[in-house]
Amino acid sequence: MKYINIDKKNWANGLKNLYENYRLFGPVKNNKNHVFKKLSKGELPDLNYLNTLLSPKSIVFPQSETMFEYSLDESKEDHHILKEIDKDYSPRALIGIRPCDAVSFKLVKRNFDTPEYKDPYWLSAYESTIFAGLACSNPCSTCFCTSAGCGPFHEDGLDLLLVDEGEYFIAKILTSRGETFIKSAGWETEADPIAAEKTIKNMKIKAEEKIASFVSTDQLKNKSAIDLYAAPFWEEIAFACINCGTCTYGCPTCWCFDIQDEISKSSGIRMRNWDSCMYPLFTLHGTGYNPRNAKVQRVRQRFMHKLKYYADKYGDGIQCVGCGRCIRLCPVNIDIRKVCDIMNNYES
Amino acid sequence: MQNPYLPYPVRIDEIITETEDKNLKTFKLVFLNPDDEKNFSYMPGQFAELSVAGKGEIPIGIASSPTEKGFIKFTVNKVGLVTTCLHAMKPGDIIGVRGPLGRHTWDTLKGKNIVIIGGGFAFTTLRSSIVYMLNPLNRMNFKDINVIYGSRSPGMLLYRNELAAWETRDDINMHITVDGTDDPDWKYNVGFVPTITEQKAPPGDPDTYALICGPPIMIKFTQPVLDKLGYTHDHIIMSLEMRMKCGIGICGRCNIGKKYVCKDGPVFTLAELDNMPKEY
Repeated sequence: MKYINIDKKNWANGLKNLYENYRLFGPVKNNKNHVFKKLSKGELPDLNYLNTLLSPKSIVFPQSETMFEYSLDESKEDHHILKEIDKDYSPRALIGIRPCDAVSFKLVKRNFDTPEYKDPYWLSAYESTIFAGLACSNPCSTCFCTSAGCGPFHEDGLDLLLVDEGEYFIAKILTSRGETFIKSAGWETEADPIAAEKTIKNMKIKAEEKIASFVSTDQLKNKSAIDLYAAPFWEEIAFACINCGTCTYGCPTCWCFDIQDEISKSSGIRMRNWDSCMYPLFTLHGTGYNPRNAKVQRVRQRFMHKLKYYADKYGDGIQCVGCGRCIRLCPVNIDIRKVCDIMNNYES
Repeated sequence: MQNPYLPYPVRIDEIITETEDKNLKTFKLVFLNPDDEKNFSYMPGQFAELSVAGKGEIPIGIASSPTEKGFIKFTVNKVGLVTTCLHAMKPGDIIGVRGPLGRHTWDTLKGKNIVIIGGGFAFTTLRSSIVYMLNPLNRMNFKDINVIYGSRSPGMLLYRNELAAWETRDDINMHITVDGTDDPDWKYNVGFVPTITEQKAPPGDPDTYALICGPPIMIKFTQPVLDKLGYTHDHIIMSLEMRMKCGIGICGRCNIGKKYVCKDGPVFTLAELDNMPKEY
């Protein structure tokens, strides 16, 4: 394993070098909150942040994305025929992504990259992205990453991990793509691997000790999905929900989308937009029938999908990384940690 | 990377108004590129997304049979934005088709007695199944074929010419029925599908499979009849409907439990549905 010390004095200059080869995305303070955005030349990411308001999923999976274009002008030979459009899949880098958000891309990849079908938009964007993570030394009170399959110094899903050591960053190189990235920045000062790993390990232990909340998931796989579905607790969990959908928009692992056509004069596009299982239209049939017409059915769907259906389908843990956004953003204080524990402890 | 969201361009070759209320039309579609027809290799029970530029896509069961070459057919009920636009289109217009989508269960049906039970306009993929089985190359692969098909009135039956032709054959037992009619010349059954099923369907046995498509109310009352006739739940095959967008198990809306109706279905055995939440 290779470790590079990046003196913070060389940080801006390195980013300037990277700008030549990568489109850079990073956390920037926008009014009160941090958001991931494309950095303009010379713009620095603000790495003094807890976590961004929304997850960085939009860098790979935009909230609105054009898929095809077409002409409705019947004098054109190819009118009404959908055409693929050119997209920019040149190398890009997400700088300062938290380890929980990074691992979310791996969970979501299972949905977009299946043996039968490959989603070309998601996969092309994902494959063109370098994930340059930033270890978390000050987790939020709502973080529960360590019991959701990752942690504040988790490396899975990253090409390199930056650890803030005051005067400098230690960059732990995790993949060959990460190595190319660091080289491209011109950061070359190799750190003593044993000392660097020791420093990181100590910081990791301290950070993990600061994680104050947990979920228990050990019993979920043994429960029957039908029993959990029919359990009596859903009405109470859903009672306060106003179906605003904020949880699904903020969530790094929510991937549902809608497909819509939009036309202007004689040309049109087909696009996809983030959608949410919190909305009745999500499942409304043409006949007017809706299998998830009631709020409680939609709330149950969200938690069952994340904590049971996904876990059953892939056999590798829940569809949640413990980032805590849905807890922080929920206007009525619905808490996935409590729901998870209720489900985990339920005896039919 | 192949783009599974890109429809094949097709030309509307013919439009047939099927029912007296004019709400159901069959669209016969021809691929603009011959290679696309080869790639669109399907089996009865599968569906496709019909794509209308400027309006959107709709998931519709394939009504033609793979034994019918040179075109594909879809029977579409006028319901919403895309279907209303389709109903206003004319032969020669260009639309798109994406698929085939979903799975089929023909591997388990080979060598078996088949009982087809259909109601209303859900008969489309069952029509595909019948045409497929009656093809001279396939008929010997199936034993007895019984068809129970009902609609509200004679004028609401789909594919009336074909129904009449099948009535005259001796390798298929047709039991056509209507809920009621004042037509003195009506020579077939009168009664709801569950009642006719009870009277006409063969008893259940390991070599007999029932394929059911129809409105929820028909399915609800037919199921106890099949139980009474001795059909086990793994011998009852049903097709589900859900609101869909991608059709390939990615966009997330058509799940029942951990299964996606578009990709893991739309065809399920009742035994499979018994192990899934009743959210459909």
